[in-house]
Amino acid sequence: MQKQKIIFISLFVLVIAYFGGSYLYKNWYTQNLDFMAKENTSVFIRPHSPIYGDANAKNYIIDFFDPACETCKAFHPFVESIMKKHPGKFKLVLRYAPFHTDSYYVVQMLEAAKFQGKYDETLNVLFKYQNRWASHHSPNISLIWAFLPEAGLDVEKLRDDMKKPEIDAIIKQDITDGKTLGVTKTPQFFVNGKPLIKFGYKELQELIESEL
Amino acid sequence: MPPLQKTSNLAWNILFLCWLTATIATLGSLFFSEVMMFPPCIMCWYQRICMYPLVIIFFVALFPLDTKVVKYAQPFVFIGLFFAIYQNLLYYKILPESAQPCSQGVSCTSDYINWFGFLTIQMLSLIAFSIILILLLFFKRKAI
Repeated sequence: MQKQKIIFISLFVLVIAYFGGSYLYKNWYTQNLDFMAKENTSVFIRPHSPIYGDANAKNYIIDFFDPACETCKAFHPFVESIMKKHPGKFKLVLRYAPFHTDSYYVVQMLEAAKFQGKYDETLNVLFKYQNRWASHHSPNISLIWAFLPEAGLDVEKLRDDMKKPEIDAIIKQDITDGKTLGVTKTPQFFVNGKPLIKFGYKELQELIESEL
Repeated sequence: MPPLQKTSNLAWNILFLCWLTATIATLGSLFFSEVMMFPPCIMCWYQRICMYPLVIIFFVALFPLDTKVVKYAQPFVFIGLFFAIYQNLLYYKILPESAQPCSQGVSCTSDYINWFGFLTIQMLSLIAFSIILILLLFFKRKAI
Protein backbone atom coordinates (compact mmCIF):
# COMPACT_ATOMS: atom_id res chain seq x y z
CA MET A 1 0.00 0.00 0.00
CA GLN A 2 1.21 3.44 -1.01
CA LYS A 3 0.65 5.12 2.39
CA GLN A 4 2.44 2.46 4.37
CA LYS A 5 5.36 2.79 2.00
CA ILE A 6 5.57 6.54 2.65
CA ILE A 7 5.57 6.02 6.41
CA PHE A 8 8.18 3.30 6.40
CA ILE A 9 10.45 5.11 4.00
CA SER A 10 10.31 8.29 6.10
CA LEU A 11 10.83 6.33 9.31
CA PHE A 12 13.75 4.54 7.72
CA VAL A 13 15.27 7.83 6.51
CA LEU A 14 14.85 9.48 9.92
CA VAL A 15 16.35 6.58 11.84
CA ILE A 16 19.29 6.41 9.43
CA ALA A 17 19.74 10.18 9.79
CA TYR A 18 19.71 9.83 13.58
CA PHE A 19 22.28 7.07 13.78
CA GLY A 20 24.35 8.39 10.91
CA GLY A 21 24.30 11.77 12.61
CA SER A 22 25.45 10.29 15.92
CA TYR A 23 28.25 8.48 14.19
CA LEU A 24 29.41 11.62 12.39
CA TYR A 25 29.07 13.77 15.50
CA LYS A 26 31.10 11.38 17.66
CA ASN A 27 33.76 11.17 14.97
CA TRP A 28 33.93 14.94 14.77
CA TYR A 29 34.02 15.22 18.57
CA THR A 30 36.86 12.70 18.90
CA GLN A 31 38.87 14.31 16.12
CA ASN A 32 38.34 17.72 17.60
CA LEU A 33 39.62 16.53 20.99
CA ASP A 34 42.51 14.78 19.36
CA PHE A 35 43.40 18.06 17.73
CA MET A 36 43.17 19.85 21.07
CA ALA A 37 45.29 17.18 22.72
CA LYS A 38 48.04 17.84 20.17
CA GLU A 39 47.79 21.59 19.79
CA ASN A 40 46.53 22.69 23.15
CA THR A 41 47.61 20.19 25.80
CA SER A 42 46.96 22.64 28.61
CA VAL A 43 43.19 22.18 28.32
CA PHE A 44 43.77 18.67 29.62
CA ILE A 45 46.60 19.28 32.07
CA ARG A 46 47.17 22.47 34.03
CA PRO A 47 50.26 23.16 36.13
CA HIS A 48 48.11 22.97 39.26
CA SER A 49 46.61 19.58 38.41
CA PRO A 50 47.52 16.74 40.79
CA ILE A 51 49.38 14.01 38.91
CA TYR A 52 49.87 10.42 40.02
CA GLY A 53 52.06 7.67 38.68
CA ASP A 54 55.49 7.31 37.18
CA ALA A 55 57.13 10.62 36.30
CA ASN A 56 58.52 9.09 33.08
CA ALA A 57 55.21 7.70 31.92
CA LYS A 58 54.19 9.03 28.51
CA ASN A 59 50.48 8.29 28.58
CA TYR A 60 47.98 10.45 30.39
CA ILE A 61 44.69 9.41 31.92
CA ILE A 62 42.70 12.57 32.63
CA ASP A 63 39.90 12.15 35.14
CA PHE A 64 37.32 14.93 35.60
CA PHE A 65 35.67 14.11 38.91
CA ASP A 66 33.42 15.40 41.65
CA PRO A 67 34.33 14.40 45.23
CA ALA A 68 30.63 13.88 46.00
CA CYS A 69 30.04 11.55 43.05
CA GLU A 70 29.70 7.88 43.92
CA THR A 71 30.78 6.58 40.54
CA CYS A 72 33.94 8.71 40.75
CA LYS A 73 34.75 7.08 44.05
CA ALA A 74 34.15 3.63 42.59
CA PHE A 75 36.36 4.29 39.57
CA HIS A 76 39.29 5.71 41.52
CA PRO A 77 40.72 2.37 42.78
CA PHE A 78 39.86 0.77 39.44
CA VAL A 79 42.03 3.25 37.54
CA GLU A 80 44.80 2.80 40.07
CA SER A 81 44.67 -0.97 39.63
CA ILE A 82 45.00 -0.63 35.85
CA MET A 83 47.98 1.68 36.33
CA LYS A 84 49.60 -0.86 38.64
CA LYS A 85 49.16 -3.54 35.99
CA HIS A 86 51.25 -1.47 33.58
CA PRO A 87 53.94 0.12 35.73
CA GLY A 88 55.70 3.15 34.28
CA LYS A 89 53.20 3.57 31.45
CA PHE A 90 50.52 5.90 32.74
CA LYS A 91 50.06 9.11 34.64
CA LEU A 92 46.74 9.97 36.23
CA VAL A 93 45.73 13.63 36.11
CA LEU A 94 42.90 14.72 38.40
CA ARG A 95 40.62 17.54 37.28
CA TYR A 96 37.60 18.95 39.05
CA ALA A 97 34.04 18.96 37.76
CA PRO A 98 32.07 20.02 40.85
CA PHE A 99 28.57 19.50 39.47
CA HIS A 100 26.77 18.69 42.71
CA THR A 101 25.55 21.61 44.80
CA ASP A 102 28.21 22.53 47.35
CA SER A 103 30.82 20.25 45.78
CA TYR A 104 32.72 23.45 45.14
CA TYR A 105 33.48 23.74 48.88
CA VAL A 106 34.65 20.14 49.03
CA VAL A 107 37.08 20.84 46.21
CA GLN A 108 38.24 23.93 48.10
CA MET A 109 39.01 21.69 51.08
CA LEU A 110 40.96 19.31 48.87
CA GLU A 111 43.01 22.10 47.34
CA ALA A 112 43.60 23.66 50.75
CA ALA A 113 44.94 20.31 51.98
CA LYS A 114 47.72 20.72 49.41
CA PHE A 115 49.16 23.53 51.57
CA GLN A 116 49.65 20.98 54.32
CA GLY A 117 50.95 18.32 51.95
CA LYS A 118 48.02 16.05 52.71
CA TYR A 119 46.23 15.93 49.37
CA ASP A 120 46.15 12.14 48.94
CA GLU A 121 45.18 11.55 52.54
CA THR A 122 42.34 14.04 52.29
CA LEU A 123 41.06 12.58 49.04
CA ASN A 124 41.11 9.10 50.56
CA VAL A 125 39.25 10.25 53.68
CA LEU A 126 36.67 12.08 51.56
CA PHE A 127 36.03 9.00 49.46
CA LYS A 128 36.12 6.67 52.48
CA TYR A 129 33.31 8.50 54.27
CA GLN A 130 31.51 9.73 51.17
CA ASN A 131 28.34 7.77 51.95
CA ARG A 132 28.19 9.53 55.32
CA TRP A 133 28.60 13.14 54.17
CA ALA A 134 27.16 12.94 50.65
CA SER A 135 24.23 10.57 50.82
CA HIS A 136 21.75 10.95 47.96
CA HIS A 137 23.84 13.39 45.96
CA SER A 138 23.66 16.33 48.33
CA PRO A 139 26.94 16.99 50.10
CA ASN A 140 26.58 18.07 53.69
CA ILE A 141 29.68 20.17 54.23
CA SER A 142 29.26 20.48 57.98
CA LEU A 143 29.65 16.71 58.37
CA ILE A 144 33.02 16.64 56.61
CA TRP A 145 34.94 18.56 59.24
CA ALA A 146 34.66 15.69 61.71
CA PHE A 147 36.39 13.30 59.29
CA LEU A 148 39.25 15.57 58.29
CA PRO A 149 41.55 15.06 61.32
CA GLU A 150 41.88 11.44 60.20
CA ALA A 151 43.83 12.75 57.21
CA GLY A 152 46.23 14.43 59.63
CA LEU A 153 44.98 17.90 58.78
CA ASP A 154 45.08 21.04 60.86
CA VAL A 155 41.42 21.91 60.38
CA GLU A 156 41.74 25.52 61.51
CA LYS A 157 44.50 26.20 59.00
CA LEU A 158 42.46 24.44 56.34
CA ARG A 159 39.50 26.75 56.98
CA ASP A 160 41.74 29.76 56.36
CA ASP A 161 43.52 28.29 53.33
CA MET A 162 40.21 27.42 51.68
CA LYS A 163 39.44 31.09 51.20
CA LYS A 164 42.59 31.75 49.19
CA PRO A 165 41.85 33.31 45.79
CA GLU A 166 44.33 31.04 44.03
CA ILE A 167 42.17 28.04 44.95
CA ASP A 168 39.18 29.78 43.45
CA ALA A 169 41.16 30.39 40.29
CA ILE A 170 42.19 26.72 40.08
CA ILE A 171 38.62 25.46 40.39
CA LYS A 172 37.27 28.01 37.93
CA GLN A 173 39.96 27.01 35.43
CA ASP A 174 38.99 23.35 35.76
CA ILE A 175 35.31 24.17 35.27
CA THR A 176 36.16 26.21 32.16
CA ASP A 177 38.32 23.43 30.71
CA GLY A 178 35.58 20.93 31.47
CA LYS A 179 33.18 23.04 29.44
CA THR A 180 35.64 23.29 26.57
CA LEU A 181 36.00 19.53 26.53
CA GLY A 182 32.26 18.88 26.79
CA VAL A 183 32.34 17.30 30.24
CA THR A 184 28.74 17.02 31.40
CA LYS A 185 28.85 13.96 33.64
CA THR A 186 31.33 12.66 36.15
CA PRO A 187 33.62 10.89 36.05
CA GLN A 188 34.67 11.76 32.54
CA PHE A 189 37.89 10.18 31.33
CA PHE A 190 40.25 11.14 28.54
CA VAL A 191 43.22 8.98 27.68
CA ASN A 192 45.82 10.99 25.76
CA GLY A 193 42.99 13.27 24.70
CA LYS A 194 40.71 10.47 23.55
CA PRO A 195 37.38 10.58 25.36
CA LEU A 196 35.69 7.57 26.92
CA ILE A 197 32.53 7.63 24.85
CA LYS A 198 30.65 4.55 26.04
CA PHE A 199 30.87 4.57 29.81
CA GLY A 200 31.85 1.45 31.72
CA TYR A 201 34.68 -0.41 33.48
CA LYS A 202 35.42 -2.65 30.54
CA GLU A 203 35.27 0.24 28.07
CA LEU A 204 37.65 2.35 30.15
CA GLN A 205 40.12 -0.51 30.48
CA GLU A 206 40.01 -1.08 26.72
CA LEU A 207 40.54 2.61 26.00
CA ILE A 208 43.50 2.78 28.41
CA GLU A 209 45.11 -0.39 27.11
CA SER A 210 44.62 0.66 23.48
CA GLU A 211 47.10 3.47 24.14
CA LEU A 212 49.88 1.10 25.20
CA MET B 1 -18.12 19.58 -1.67
CA PRO B 2 -15.10 17.67 -2.95
CA PRO B 3 -15.29 13.91 -3.48
CA LEU B 4 -14.79 11.91 -0.30
CA GLN B 5 -11.71 10.07 -1.51
CA LYS B 6 -9.89 13.29 -2.30
CA THR B 7 -10.76 14.87 1.08
CA SER B 8 -9.53 11.87 3.00
CA ASN B 9 -6.35 11.78 0.98
CA LEU B 10 -5.63 15.39 1.82
CA ALA B 11 -6.49 14.75 5.47
CA TRP B 12 -4.18 11.77 5.51
CA ASN B 13 -1.36 13.85 4.08
CA ILE B 14 -1.85 16.57 6.68
CA LEU B 15 -1.84 14.02 9.47
CA PHE B 16 1.25 12.44 7.98
CA LEU B 17 3.00 15.83 8.15
CA CYS B 18 1.95 16.09 11.81
CA TRP B 19 3.49 12.72 12.47
CA LEU B 20 6.63 13.67 10.56
CA THR B 21 7.05 16.90 12.56
CA ALA B 22 6.55 15.11 15.88
CA THR B 23 8.99 12.38 14.90
CA ILE B 24 11.67 14.82 13.80
CA ALA B 25 11.22 16.80 17.02
CA THR B 26 11.45 13.63 19.09
CA LEU B 27 14.56 12.31 17.39
CA GLY B 28 16.09 15.78 17.40
CA SER B 29 15.61 16.24 21.13
CA LEU B 30 17.02 12.78 21.76
CA PHE B 31 19.99 13.65 19.59
CA PHE B 32 20.69 16.75 21.65
CA SER B 33 20.52 14.92 24.98
CA GLU B 34 21.84 11.44 24.14
CA VAL B 35 24.40 12.12 21.43
CA MET B 36 25.52 15.68 22.04
CA MET B 37 25.06 15.14 25.79
CA PHE B 38 23.29 18.42 26.51
CA PRO B 39 21.52 17.92 29.84
CA PRO B 40 17.82 18.78 29.35
CA CYS B 41 16.29 21.38 31.65
CA ILE B 42 12.98 20.78 33.39
CA MET B 43 10.99 22.79 30.83
CA CYS B 44 12.42 20.62 28.09
CA TRP B 45 11.13 17.56 29.94
CA TYR B 46 7.59 18.98 30.18
CA GLN B 47 7.62 19.62 26.45
CA ARG B 48 9.03 16.16 25.74
CA ILE B 49 6.21 14.62 27.77
CA CYS B 50 3.79 16.30 25.36
CA MET B 51 5.73 15.72 22.14
CA TYR B 52 6.73 12.04 22.40
CA PRO B 53 3.21 10.58 22.73
CA LEU B 54 2.16 12.51 19.60
CA VAL B 55 4.43 10.30 17.49
CA ILE B 56 2.44 7.24 18.59
CA ILE B 57 -0.99 8.93 18.53
CA PHE B 58 -0.53 10.24 14.98
CA PHE B 59 0.91 6.96 13.79
CA VAL B 60 -2.04 4.95 15.11
CA ALA B 61 -4.49 7.43 13.57
CA LEU B 62 -2.91 7.05 10.13
CA PHE B 63 -3.89 3.36 9.69
CA PRO B 64 -6.69 3.56 8.94
CA LEU B 65 -7.25 7.29 8.94
CA ASP B 66 -9.09 8.29 12.12
CA THR B 67 -10.39 11.84 12.14
CA LYS B 68 -11.12 11.67 15.88
CA VAL B 69 -7.37 11.95 16.43
CA VAL B 70 -7.70 15.73 16.87
CA LYS B 71 -9.57 15.20 20.13
CA TYR B 72 -6.73 13.13 21.61
CA ALA B 73 -3.80 15.00 20.13
CA GLN B 74 -4.96 18.54 20.89
CA PRO B 75 -4.46 18.48 24.70
CA PHE B 76 -0.84 17.42 24.24
CA VAL B 77 -0.27 20.11 21.62
CA PHE B 78 -1.80 22.84 23.77
CA ILE B 79 0.08 21.88 26.92
CA GLY B 80 3.35 21.54 25.02
CA LEU B 81 2.78 24.83 23.25
CA PHE B 82 2.06 26.52 26.56
CA PHE B 83 5.41 25.44 27.99
CA ALA B 84 7.22 26.29 24.75
CA ILE B 85 5.79 29.82 24.74
CA TYR B 86 6.53 30.25 28.42
CA GLN B 87 10.12 29.13 28.02
CA ASN B 88 10.68 31.41 25.05
CA LEU B 89 9.27 34.35 27.00
CA LEU B 90 11.83 33.56 29.70
CA TYR B 91 14.56 33.22 27.13
CA TYR B 92 13.83 36.59 25.57
CA LYS B 93 13.50 38.10 29.05
CA ILE B 94 9.92 39.19 28.45
CA LEU B 95 9.11 37.36 31.66
CA PRO B 96 11.52 38.03 34.52
CA GLU B 97 14.09 35.32 35.22
CA SER B 98 13.18 35.20 38.88
CA ALA B 99 9.74 33.92 38.02
CA GLN B 100 11.07 30.78 36.40
CA PRO B 101 10.40 27.56 38.27
CA CYS B 102 13.57 25.85 37.07
CA SER B 103 16.33 27.43 39.10
CA GLN B 104 17.79 24.07 40.14
CA GLY B 105 19.91 22.02 37.81
CA VAL B 106 20.22 23.23 34.24
CA SER B 107 19.04 26.71 33.43
CA CYS B 108 16.15 26.81 30.98
CA THR B 109 17.51 29.91 29.32
CA SER B 110 20.94 28.57 28.43
CA ASP B 111 22.19 28.65 24.85
CA TYR B 112 23.27 25.19 23.77
CA ILE B 113 22.87 26.01 20.12
CA ASN B 114 22.18 29.25 18.36
CA TRP B 115 21.87 28.80 14.64
CA PHE B 116 21.43 31.89 12.43
CA GLY B 117 21.20 34.02 15.56
CA PHE B 118 17.70 32.95 16.60
CA LEU B 119 17.31 29.19 16.24
CA THR B 120 17.80 27.91 19.78
CA ILE B 121 16.51 24.60 21.14
CA GLN B 122 13.75 26.55 22.89
CA MET B 123 12.74 28.09 19.55
CA LEU B 124 12.86 24.73 17.73
CA SER B 125 10.37 23.33 20.20
CA LEU B 126 8.06 26.31 19.79
CA ILE B 127 8.23 25.98 16.01
CA ALA B 128 7.47 22.25 16.14
CA PHE B 129 4.43 22.66 18.40
CA SER B 130 3.18 25.59 16.30
CA ILE B 131 3.48 23.62 13.05
CA ILE B 132 1.54 20.73 14.55
CA LEU B 133 -1.18 23.04 15.87
CA ILE B 134 -1.60 24.80 12.53
CA LEU B 135 -1.71 21.47 10.68
CA LEU B 136 -4.29 20.14 13.12
CA LEU B 137 -6.51 23.21 12.65
CA PHE B 138 -6.22 22.72 8.92
CA PHE B 139 -6.99 19.02 9.34
CA LYS B 140 -10.11 19.85 11.35
CA ARG B 141 -11.46 22.10 8.60
CA LYS B 142 -10.76 19.60 5.84
CA ALA B 143 -11.62 16.31 7.47
CA ILE B 144 -14.39 16.88 9.96
